[in-house]
Parts: sequence; C-alpha cells; structure tokens
Amino acid sequence: MSTWDNNPVLKVEHLTMRFGGLTAINDLSFNIGRGDITALIGPNGAGKTTVFNCITGFYKPTEGRLVMNRSNGEKHLLERMADFKITADAKVARTFQNIRLFGGMTILENLMVAQHNPLMVASNWTVGGLLGLGGYKKSNVDAIETAKYWLERIDLIDRADAPAADLSYGDQRRLEIARAMCTGPELLCLDEPAAGLNPKESLELNNLLQYIRKEHDTSVVLIEHDMSVVMEISDHVVVLDYGVKISDGTPEFVKNDPHVIAAYLGVEDDEVDQVEEEVGIV
Amino acid sequence: MQARQKDSLLVASVKDSLGAAVITFALACVMVGLRVDVASGRGAELFLEHRWLAVAVAVLIVFAGRLAMNIFFWKREDPPSLNLSGLMPKGGLGANSSNIIKYGLLGLAVVLPFVLMFWLGARGSRQYIDLAILVLTYVMLGWGLNIVVGLAGLLDLGYVAFYAVGAYSYALLAHYFGFSFWLCLPLAGILAAFWGIILGFPVLRLRGDYLAIVTLAFGEIIRVVLLNWYQFTGGPDGLSGIPRPSFFGLEFSRGEGGFASFFGLDYSSIHRIIFLYYLIFAMALFTNFVTMRLRRMPIGRAWEALREDEIACRALGINTTNTKLTAFALGAMFAGFAGSFFATRQGFISPESFTFLESAIILAIVVLGGLGSQIGVVIAAIVMIGGFEFFREFEEYRMLVFGMIMVVIMVWKPRGLISSRTPSVALSKNAKGISADLVQEGHG
Repeated sequence: MSTWDNNPVLKVEHLTMRFGGLTAINDLSFNIGRGDITALIGPNGAGKTTVFNCITGFYKPTEGRLVMNRSNGEKHLLERMADFKITADAKVARTFQNIRLFGGMTILENLMVAQHNPLMVASNWTVGGLLGLGGYKKSNVDAIETAKYWLERIDLIDRADAPAADLSYGDQRRLEIARAMCTGPELLCLDEPAAGLNPKESLELNNLLQYIRKEHDTSVVLIEHDMSVVMEISDHVVVLDYGVKISDGTPEFVKNDPHVIAAYLGVEDDEVDQVEEEVGIV
Repeated sequence: MQARQKDSLLVASVKDSLGAAVITFALACVMVGLRVDVASGRGAELFLEHRWLAVAVAVLIVFAGRLAMNIFFWKREDPPSLNLSGLMPKGGLGANSSNIIKYGLLGLAVVLPFVLMFWLGARGSRQYIDLAILVLTYVMLGWGLNIVVGLAGLLDLGYVAFYAVGAYSYALLAHYFGFSFWLCLPLAGILAAFWGIILGFPVLRLRGDYLAIVTLAFGEIIRVVLLNWYQFTGGPDGLSGIPRPSFFGLEFSRGEGGFASFFGLDYSSIHRIIFLYYLIFAMALFTNFVTMRLRRMPIGRAWEALREDEIACRALGINTTNTKLTAFALGAMFAGFAGSFFATRQGFISPESFTFLESAIILAIVVLGGLGSQIGVVIAAIVMIGGFEFFREFEEYRMLVFGMIMVVIMVWKPRGLISSRTPSVALSKNAKGISADLVQEGHG
C-alpha cells in the first residue's frame, strides 16, 4: 500500500474511453494521492490528454468511475457531472495543452473571470450587484486581492492591466496556472505545463508547483514529456501506453521499470537486447 | 542566375493597370457593349444594340482608377494611407478625447430640442426632433444588440424580432386590455426577454454561421406569424390607434386636463414630440447605464470571456448555457423596451416595420461602431440613420453612397470606429485600452 492509495483525492476506476472502434483508454485504474504531485507520462497518443478530458468532463467516459474525494468529506462522481460543475462543485481545475487564455482581456480580468462563481453568489446573481445591494463590492475587492496574490506569485503584478495575449509564452503558461488556481481547486490538472519553456522558465514552473502544493490544499496531476521535470517534482508517476497503464509508482521505481524503458524512456543501443529480454519481447 | 530587375513604380503600375483594363474589356464587351432590345414600331422584333462608347468609358475608368491606386497606394513603399491612418485617432483614442466626445454628445443630446426650437421654431424643428428620436431609437437598439454581439460574441441576425415582440406586446395589451404605456413598458421588456430565452435554448449549441442562420429564421418566423394571424394581430393591416404615452397622467391633448393647460402653456403638438424625445433619451441612457454596470460585474466578464474562449470558460466553472441565455434575454429586453416606445410613437404598427433589413441596419450600426464599444454605436447610429435621412434628396444614389461609406469605414477601420476595448477592472488608474487586434470577435 503506497501513500496515494491510503488517502486518494481522486480515484480512477476502470476508466474506458472508446471513440467508435478506437479504444483510447482501456480499463485504467489509478489513484491520485492528496497533496501529491502526480505525473502522467507516456508516448504520444497513449491517451494522457483523454484521461484529462474525462476527469474534467470534456469527454464522457464509456465505462468506469471517477471518484473525487474533497477535503470536506464530499464525494463527487465526476463522470456524471457537467464540465463546468466539475470545476464549480468538485473543485477540479485544469489548464490546456494549447494555452487558452482570454487574450483580449487583461491579466487581472483573466483572474477575475476565474472567480466567477463566488462573485455571482456575492452579487445575488447580478440582481443585488446591479442594485448596489449586499456585499458585492467587498467581494469584488476580495477577488481583486486574490488575483493580486497570484499575480505576485507568478511575478506579473506589474503587468496586471496588460492584455493577456501580449505576454510571452512562459508567462502565459504561468498565468493559465494562476487562473486555474483562482477557482480554488483541490485538484489541479496541468496538460504539459512545461512544453515550450526554456530551462529558466521551467525552473520557475517547478517552484510554482512546489509552492502550490505546499501552501494550498491542492493536489497536482500533470502530463509531462520533460523527464527532468517529472523526476524532480513528482511524488508519484503513472505511465500509460496505448491506453493501458504499464507502470505506477515512485519516480525511482518507474525510471527503472523495464516496461517503461521499453515503451517510453529508451536505452542505449547495446542495452536493447537486455531490456527486450526482461520485458519478454524476443 | 541574375535576380530579375524590379520594374520601376510607373512601369509596374502601368502593366498592372493594362491587365485590369484588358479584363474589363473582355467583361464589358458582353455585359455592357451588347444590348438586346425589342424594336418598337417594327413588331416584336429583337435587335442588337452596340454600345462601344460605354465599353471604352468603362475600360478607361478601370485603367485610370487602377493606375492611380497603384501609383499612390498599392505599389508604393510608403503609401500615404499609412500616414493618413496615423492622423486618425488610434485605437485608444486617448481617455481624454474619448471623454470629450462622450460628454459633448451627451450635452448636445440634452439641449438639442430646445436649441432646435429656438433656432427653427416649433414648426421647423419638428422634423429634426423626429429624426433625433429615430436616431436615439437605433442607438438604444444598437446598445441592446451590443450585449449579444459585442460582449457575448453571439451573432444575432434576428434582433428585430424582439423589437417586434415589444411593439406588438404594447399594441395588443393596449388594444385588448386597455393597458397604459407605463404599465406595458416593463411588460413588453419582460415578454421580449422571455422570447429571447425561447430563441436562446435551441441555439445554445450552435456557433458562428449556423447561429446566424437560425436567428435570422427566428426573426422571420415572428414576422410571418404577425403577418398571418389576422384575427389577433390584424395581419398586414397592422394595429392602429395605439394610445400615446401620458406625462404622469397628463395627456398631450388640447383643452382642459392636458399637459399644456396644466402647465399654463399654449397647446402645441411639439410638446409631445419633445416628451417622446426625452423619453427615448432616458431609455437609451438606462440601457447604457445597465450595460456598463453589467460589464463590471461577473456576468459581464463572463460574457466577454465567452466571446474570447468558450472552452476555457467551461474549464473555469462558468455555466455557459445560463451565460448565453442571460445575454440573449437582456439584449431582447432592451429591444422590447424600444419596441413599445416605437409603437407608442407611431401610433400604428404593422409587420412591415420589422423586416430583416432592420436587423441588418442595427447589426451594421454595432459592427461599424466597433464591437462592444458604446460610444461607437452612437456615432455609427448618427452617421447611418441621420445620414440616411439627410441625403433623402439624392434618392436612388443614397443607397450607393451608403454602401460606399460602409465599405470605406470597413477598409479604414476593420474593427469598427472605436476599436479598442476598455478593461472592466484595473489596478492602475491609467490603464490603457486593449487594441482590437487582440480581442476575439466571438464564434457565435
């Protein structure tokens, strides 16, 4: 029994996703531990993003269950929920492989949009806010404070009023993470957060993720190809290949798992025979 | 291999223009040069008329025009259009000059009827105040549509349907139940909002072109129902005798108990016109006030976020269904208000007033003004509606000029007259507007 099986924040049980005749994910089960940084790795086309889309409700799984255990004891079955409810009620936030910021809105506005639901309640679904009743004004100030807090974390406070589309690629990546954090998630799903980042930006990203894990009650699951990022920050690695889990464990364990080496990591030419023998391909 | 010598400006331009002239000649030979006509006097015999002069003129116009454009714009490395656009107010317009325009127009609108009265007298000013009322009606409609198209990015080609719902709501409620204007005004808005939601539901999944077509069809359905339900709506005969609004219970009528006698004025029909002017002015300002306030609220930001990226909205926990429906409903509500005003102003309505052309004009006002820009809508409405009426003397050429102006504006300012977006919230006091190049138009 590993730590992530004791107190999982998300249990993926027998998840299967078929697109017509194509089985993108086949009977996949794993746990995401509370407070862990979990990495989902695998070759291109292994079904990693499909898993994300199932967790965040953008796809409805063909079979299987996704059980979200919130820290307040609530249980949510994600496969039954509408995508926006998953973020609003089950507190699962995500970012996208191709960044999806609101480019024509300012950086601050991007973070304000993320706090839509609490602000809607505070404004009595617009009616109270329109009439100037209730605590909308105060909630609005609080929301700006939250946004400022995250802007300081990602070092963009000086550019708060600039349009998001003007930011550099690395800044956009971090802004997208900050925006997801503004929804107050308990599980943060990051789809290739380090893709296209230079080493310095990659390091900043690592620090940001470590900070989120440490200071907020948020577990992180990320898809990543950059093994240095995966090995450095993750507590738990799940490896997919052709929609099937081929390995699941600590980074150390996974790195030395011959199945993973054969399917994904690769070895020097002279070691190929040895690995093939271990896995059973001869 | 040696690089090909680049032609000089003149040679290149002449070559290009000659090419265009040849194409024009080929086309004009058939389309302009030959004309089949029925000879009168010689029975119904057909004969062919040659108009080579017209062909020559067409070819010359194309050649000369193309040459001029080539030399002065297209083939130049420093086209004067670049310098010209530098002279024009750039995206931001500057908070100052934008404010000057805003408050200038507002001040002008407040004093307009009295200035006209003073200047032209009651009789002479009437047509201009009427025109101003018309412009303000379109400003209000433009502001209402701006919520749907400019903020939420949902292309609505059937907006006039809600205008019709508002107008007919008032006319029918007054006709069958004898309700007064002031009671019907909110009812018309509520009914139009209701129809906005009814339209909204089936089109939620549609985007872009598909959404546009369905809203277009919806607009036509409303019109055709009004046209054919003869027993209820009067069909093409329309509804007449729609009651006029009262001023806190005072009718604008001659004699005792009327507005004029109550205030000790001489009766004049201009009183009602001025009252209608201020009524639509107040309604338009109300529309603007609500829209501006909504923009700074979560729902308004959600609309704009929806225009930017719907998928990201859903990933942030925003209920896009409700967000779209509120945009439709609120846009429709303001059209409903405007519609009941239209009914009470005209005193007579028929389905003819609610054709697709109206939708197109309102949409053109919003697009020319700059999507999402409130002041842009005002300027566009003044130019389009005011200009349209002022150039009545030109008769058939007026549509031509009208079309040309639209083309010129769209070439010069592809994103509308005021093409910058003001942030709804800012940390620093002097936050700049966002250039329209970065703002999405929405995908429906």
